[in-house]
Amino acid sequence: MSTAPLSHAFLILFKRDLTLAYRKRAEIVNPLLFFVLVTAMFPLGIGADPAQLRDIGPGIIWVAALLAALLSLETIFRSDFEDGSLEQLLLCPHPLSILMLAKVAAHWVTTGLPLLLVAPLLAVLLDLPEEARSTLLITLALGTPVLSLVGTIGVALTVGLRRGGMILSLLVLPLYVPVLIFAASAVTTAGAGLPVSAHLFLLTALLALAVSLSPAATAAALRISLS
Amino acid sequence: MLRFFHKLASPKYFYNLSGTLIPWIAVACLGFLLVGLYDGLVDAPTDYQQGDSYRIIFIHVPAAWMSLFIYMVMAGAGAIGLIWHMKLAEVMVVSCAPIGAAFTFLALVTGSIWGKPMWGTWWVWDARLTSELILLFLYLGIMALNNAVEDKRTAARATSILAIVGVVNIPIIHYSVEWWNTLHQGPTVTKFDAPSIDTQMLIPLLVMAVAFKLYFVLSLLMRARVEVLQRERNTQWVRELAEQNT
Repeated sequence: MSTAPLSHAFLILFKRDLTLAYRKRAEIVNPLLFFVLVTAMFPLGIGADPAQLRDIGPGIIWVAALLAALLSLETIFRSDFEDGSLEQLLLCPHPLSILMLAKVAAHWVTTGLPLLLVAPLLAVLLDLPEEARSTLLITLALGTPVLSLVGTIGVALTVGLRRGGMILSLLVLPLYVPVLIFAASAVTTAGAGLPVSAHLFLLTALLALAVSLSPAATAAALRISLS
Repeated sequence: MLRFFHKLASPKYFYNLSGTLIPWIAVACLGFLLVGLYDGLVDAPTDYQQGDSYRIIFIHVPAAWMSLFIYMVMAGAGAIGLIWHMKLAEVMVVSCAPIGAAFTFLALVTGSIWGKPMWGTWWVWDARLTSELILLFLYLGIMALNNAVEDKRTAARATSILAIVGVVNIPIIHYSVEWWNTLHQGPTVTKFDAPSIDTQMLIPLLVMAVAFKLYFVLSLLMRARVEVLQRERNTQWVRELAEQNT
């Protein structure tokens, strides 16, 4: 039996996941709503002083993005696990880590990328300075893939568990700290009118590290969880 | 050498060997602990700036060292377990986590008690405190994962993966937090040219560090023995052992 080339398998899996996500559009919208809602709770909780909101805005938006990413993560393997196609992926002759990369990429396009689209709205709501808005988008573009990649390791470890959600947050949130720090401080720094290239380089480095290492860890974790 | 490791990997051999080692380690640990405590609390000179309250360093610093050291041991054992499918290494990973969490917690609490008179506050979001706190969360996550998975072998292997992922992340977390905020005093022992700590204070500190390490080994062996017995409870040698002791 001849097998399809790896790039072909990657694309097929990517397209399949996108199609599945498109057929269940509500699942794309939910994390977005969550992202907007959590952000909207903060002014209600701490008062509507624009100066204060401007100060803590980057942090709020990023923490909300972190939680939204965490919330949407669980869906990445759920249906595949329930209908057994995840096990078929494990049996596939192609390296599992590359296939995982395809799944994460599709998942990011459907859950991480939309965050970028509503973020400018939130930036206006929290009265972020003009200069900080573009930086916010750049940090989200660089940071949310890292969140998806790292978080998928946690999902792979907890995929068979009945109450995986709570444990997932305990496993994954500590690993999100560097992204949160560099991204939020980049936005704050940009708002103060200072150069942010150092922060962005570090975020890019984190992204490169996550892209190269985390699919392997995800694959190993998945093999253990489903063994 | 290789045969020794092969033998060590057998649960029964490990159980017997650790049984003979434990009393010796316990005595050594107690000895170092008493000497270190006496040296640190009575013999060491009073600090000209911090008074007597600096003496908590003899608990705080070794506990903080141990918190990182145990994580490295745990991740190392995890790698060994995953690569060579060594059951005993898996047992070690599972047994390391609660001890490491305890030391991390101890470091945080003593640091907090020390911080109150020195900085005038129980807690600050300082770089080292924060990374220690995150380390505690990592330990707790590992323990939670280990408890959540029902099959013990799967649990240990999943835990090993998480420990290894954590090891890659610890330096990143540490430096990111470092750049984020720093108030903690710089390292005073590991400067290679000349430690900026007085020798009379350094010696009890190192003695205490040895005592803590011995305590870790002691408690690791004891936990691992229990874990081994639980896992092997259906084997011949555990049954014989149980019959002998009833």
